[in-house]
Amino acid sequence: MAERVFMKGTEAMAEAAVRAGCRFFAGYPITPQNEIPEYMARRLPEVGGSFVQGESEIASVNMLYGAASTGIRAMSSSSSCGISLYSEGVSYCASARIPMVYINVQRGGPGIGAIQPSQQDYNQATKASGNGGFRMIVLAPDSVQECVDMVYEAFDYAERDQNPVLILTDGVMGTMMEPVVLPPMKSDEELSKCREKFLPRAIIGHPLGQQATCRPGSVGGGQEEKNIAASKLYKSWEKDIKVEEFMMDDAEIVFAAYGISARISKVVIRELREQGIKAGMIRPITISPFPYKSFENLDFARVKGIVNVEMSIPAQMKWDVEYAVKGRCPIKEVLRSGGQLLTNNQVMDGALEFIKEVL
Amino acid sequence: MERNLMIAGFGGQGVMTMGKLLAEATAEATDLNVTFFPSYGSAMRGGTANCFVVISDKEIGAPVSYNLEDLIVMNGPSLHAFLPNLKSGGNLFINSTIVKDEIERDDINIIEAPVTQMAIDIKNERALNLIMLGVYVGATNAVPEDVIIKGIEHKFAAKERLIAPNVEAFRIGLEIGRDKSKA
Repeated sequence: MAERVFMKGTEAMAEAAVRAGCRFFAGYPITPQNEIPEYMARRLPEVGGSFVQGESEIASVNMLYGAASTGIRAMSSSSSCGISLYSEGVSYCASARIPMVYINVQRGGPGIGAIQPSQQDYNQATKASGNGGFRMIVLAPDSVQECVDMVYEAFDYAERDQNPVLILTDGVMGTMMEPVVLPPMKSDEELSKCREKFLPRAIIGHPLGQQATCRPGSVGGGQEEKNIAASKLYKSWEKDIKVEEFMMDDAEIVFAAYGISARISKVVIRELREQGIKAGMIRPITISPFPYKSFENLDFARVKGIVNVEMSIPAQMKWDVEYAVKGRCPIKEVLRSGGQLLTNNQVMDGALEFIKEVL
Repeated sequence: MERNLMIAGFGGQGVMTMGKLLAEATAEATDLNVTFFPSYGSAMRGGTANCFVVISDKEIGAPVSYNLEDLIVMNGPSLHAFLPNLKSGGNLFINSTIVKDEIERDDINIIEAPVTQMAIDIKNERALNLIMLGVYVGATNAVPEDVIIKGIEHKFAAKERLIAPNVEAFRIGLEIGRDKSKA
């Protein structure tokens, strides 16, 4: 087994990207994700890659569009209000079916919000990261190890689907240091094989221009055909849904949480079990596509209620949970916002209050 | 068993370094789960700095806690801000060179060490944090002492001459911590 190293979430994600073959990074500084571009600025030249600090978020995301169009593995990162500025570029990438990866290390919101952690961008990430109704695979890690593993596999999803992939994490995971096992470095051989698949991608003016696939939307016609093809892709993601069902076999109280909130809930669930309360959790690992079936198929004769834990006010993921639960049991919100961190005790207190009501 | 520690003081007292060294050394030398979480935000020179270290043999949830087993305060403002977060029966470590306040709680263990002055006395002013880390490890046995010594050797690998004086600073603290825990 590979050695475990002690790393900060942001730096671990940056190293994972390099090991996955990322050779281009463009970004613009914003707390709490600055260590990603800082790390990339130092690391990418060592492996023959390029780092650019864009003059803005808008410039950066469009550089990403350009770089990824050539078949090179390219990534960017930002945080909440910075991610809002990515909207146009991401939408163009989705329209042109560009295989790029980006990371949102969430901070408080809306607006400039707070520089402290939050989970305030769930709806933006899963429902509308830009105009036009496109969708993306969105991965939500709950540990530094998962941050690493998800960045590593995100490039494979992006290339397989020819579509952007988003890692939705937060300032806790980004700033926290934890032991982690890093994945192996992909060889140049493996990477050139990936690139070969992209040879027909050429821009206007190139002899292969007629086959160009990297032009957005209706440039060259056929917007509706492109939307139909994209829609087909989104439907095919049913097979890619990832969900952790934790202590769910006999659970009467079901926690619904992703990312940092799920990690905290897990500790609370263990404590509740020690007190004889049958608690469990459904943790969406892909928040898009969302594991609706895990909630739809709950045995509501047994399940007495759902505790929806998020670092967001108002609750956001709760909409997806409600959509699947359809009023068949009560849903309790345990929320923090504005840069306030959830702690084990706060989740426990909120859960116990609810348990008294429903059990 | 999970152990939540908060370290708080002035920027420049080595608060972050102390937490990171403890956490990193634990991660490298043991199989325990460990997290290090620094406070971040608009900071200024001489302003406050704090961080959290959680060590556990189980999965760790939140890397921050307001129900602490251990609290290390390196300056006065930190004492007032964070003492309410120390749980009953918890350990309060005080840099008594700087913090002279009367502690009004009688449900906690108080371990005082004048680490700023001690660091000056051994002509290693910057090692006040390592002395305090020694006091902490000596009093709590949160991790074996060898784990930290290995961590110090690792940290100063590129500046070998600094290893011995910093290990010495840590050992001085260790003795104090052990004596206080016996008392």
